[in-house]
Amino acid sequence: MKDTKIRGAEIVVKTLVAENASVIFGYPGGAIMPVYDALYDYCDQLEHVLTRHEQGAIHAAQGYARVSGKVGVCIATSGPGATNLITGLADAMIDSTPLVCITGQVASHLLGTDAFQETDVVGLSMPGTKWNIQVRKPEDIAPAIAKGFHIARSGRPGPVLIDITKDAQTALHEFNYVPCLNIRSYKPYHKVNPEDIKSAAELIDQAERPYLLFGQGIVLGQAEKELKAFLDKSGIPAACTLLGSGALSQEHPLYVGKLGMHGNYASNLLTNQCDVLIAVGMRFDDRVTGDLKRYAKQAKVIHLELDAAEINKNVRCAVSVQGDCKESLQLLTESIQPKKHLAWLERFRELEQMEKNEVVGNDLLPTKLGLTMGEVIRYINEFKADDAILVTDVGQHQMIAWRYFDYKNTRTQVTSGGLGTMGFALPAALGAQMHDYKKQVICVVGDGGIQMTIQELGTIMQTQAPVKVVLLNNNYLGMVRQWQQMFFEKRYSFTELNNPDFIKIADAYGFKASKVTLRQELRDSVAEMLMHNGPYFLEVVVEKEDNVFPMIATGCSVEEVRLS
Amino acid sequence: MTRYTISVFTENFIGILNRITIIFTRRGINIDGLTASESREDGIYRITIVVTTSEEQVIQLTKQLEKIIDVIKAFYYVDDQVVHQEIALYKIPIQSLNPGLEKVIRQFNAHIIAAEQEFVVIELSGHKEDTQALLEILKEFNILEFARSGRVAVAKPMETLEKYLK
Ligand SMILES: Cc1ncc(C[n+]2csc(CCOP(=O)(O)OP(=O)(O)O)c2C)c(N)n1
Ligand SMILES: [Mg+2]
Repeated sequence: MKDTKIRGAEIVVKTLVAENASVIFGYPGGAIMPVYDALYDYCDQLEHVLTRHEQGAIHAAQGYARVSGKVGVCIATSGPGATNLITGLADAMIDSTPLVCITGQVASHLLGTDAFQETDVVGLSMPGTKWNIQVRKPEDIAPAIAKGFHIARSGRPGPVLIDITKDAQTALHEFNYVPCLNIRSYKPYHKVNPEDIKSAAELIDQAERPYLLFGQGIVLGQAEKELKAFLDKSGIPAACTLLGSGALSQEHPLYVGKLGMHGNYASNLLTNQCDVLIAVGMRFDDRVTGDLKRYAKQAKVIHLELDAAEINKNVRCAVSVQGDCKESLQLLTESIQPKKHLAWLERFRELEQMEKNEVVGNDLLPTKLGLTMGEVIRYINEFKADDAILVTDVGQHQMIAWRYFDYKNTRTQVTSGGLGTMGFALPAALGAQMHDYKKQVICVVGDGGIQMTIQELGTIMQTQAPVKVVLLNNNYLGMVRQWQQMFFEKRYSFTELNNPDFIKIADAYGFKASKVTLRQELRDSVAEMLMHNGPYFLEVVVEKEDNVFPMIATGCSVEEVRLS
Repeated sequence: MTRYTISVFTENFIGILNRITIIFTRRGINIDGLTASESREDGIYRITIVVTTSEEQVIQLTKQLEKIIDVIKAFYYVDDQVVHQEIALYKIPIQSLNPGLEKVIRQFNAHIIAAEQEFVVIELSGHKEDTQALLEILKEFNILEFARSGRVAVAKPMETLEKYLK
């Protein structure tokens, strides 16, 4: 009989292929070397991208997962390789991003002996993973990875980590892959209760000023069409969270803006004037609600949510509809009366006009000398493809880009929402681009954040992923500086940066690069960047001390949203 | 603030206890007692946790516990909804064994379960209040060692685990 046994390391690779992974991100090292050795024979089936840091690998996997809807995969070695994944795990956990992370571990007989590069990564990553496991036998590898993929992508998605000892990677066993379809203790979906739909529909039918808020749940649940159908029938104005952006085209007549600390004026303020508030696939983050004690107290809240633990966590609801919002929205649409709420919608438009007059005009069509971040985004909108993907880092540029980017398609927004991880954008943009070279991926990043993962320019160079990097350079940790200006008497404690010549850096990495300091050059430079075929690095020197408005200051209520 | 008993039914998975306690420590909630044992079902473990907290918080805790992949189901109860017991052991020097002590043992319905050359071990099962009361008295008898288990509890409501096992 032919010996069909293969090494555990090859089982790892074959299982990834069986799970439909096509691009993975990683960084080698001692404890994961057998897997890297196995990868060498599977280059035609599995594309591996060597990042320059494990944090880069996991953020890239996140970017890939967010735009593709697939599970992102990354690989790292034990010890420092594994600990470098922690930020990405925490980020993926809070932003519900499906990931499978595979780490090498020292040989099982060395576990617990403080062996070279031994870290208890299962212990370290426990609060930052949806599930994790250590595998010490080759026969357990395929089942663990299959289970990991199932857990990562089902229900509310999240990251899983599978730690595989080196001896399990080198030992021989048959390849016994079977997809994991059911776990006794894990019931990721919940059938929508028709009674809940009935109660919700009654509230909606009686409402005079209903208002709908949607989050990333729409994207994760692939419920974009159902959302639109619900809005079209109900006539209810709708606003989105940071991660919900793109799930509804901003051109939709009922779209009324963005929620949260730097969202829109009308959409925040009118939260406290609606009579029925329908929240779909969002979790009432404190950046969205402001002071909870003064949040939508006048409204009856209906919460459509898959994760039971999110229901009544921050906001008490009158009706909760637990389940997949694709199903619940559809049922709800069937149950409600068609309506229009034109007068109520008009309230949004009036306040929107105030924001336009006081904020948007100055941001997009500035009359002052210095360039604004807003006008950069305006030109991006002018030349970008409809389905261009915007990847942003964290800070003022993130909020400005989000405010002004013209979202038309779903899965075009990639940013670190819940964790606010600086350094996320550059590797995440690479990951997003790896999914599809034909899509335009625009990475808007600050001068602070880019320096947290700037080494990934090397990965972009090596892959020639045609990422468009737009560095909005204000020479400051701008968002922190804004807070110092507003709340700490302009005491600019350690927020000014002495920056390198970014163009030289981009140049050294072989990027086509240009730098803009003057308004008359901006439009052409943005156009040139977006027409360019390969990777491109555009630095725009912007006004140093601009602030982002509107703003709901910490501890304030949504109705205290400020225009200046 | 109320005392709650949380019964968590889990798969026997390495690290499950760690995942469970993280949920409490992250929210700054003290665990008053914790026991782990098998349940009626083969291979399913039952972890009993006692906490003093608000109802809102205990609901949230239960939901968070159920989010753990290897947790099958978590229930919470107020004291009236469970039959519960704790076991306490008291090590007393042999010199203290006198009629006074004998009376105390009888009063509490406690038992001497071991007698050695230098000491005896008294055992008492009951609610914490009972075992605590005996401890206070035995301090006068020069008690050498004391140990008390966490709470074990079975629920009064007749809802069963089976329906969550499909
Ligand atoms: C890893 C990390 N460290 C610190 C912070 C706190 N923080 C939030 S925004 C910000 C400033 C970002 O500066 P920059 O990247 O230049 O963007 P800008 O706000 O100037 O657009 C800082 C330090 C963070 N979000 N992430
Ligand atoms: Mg900056």
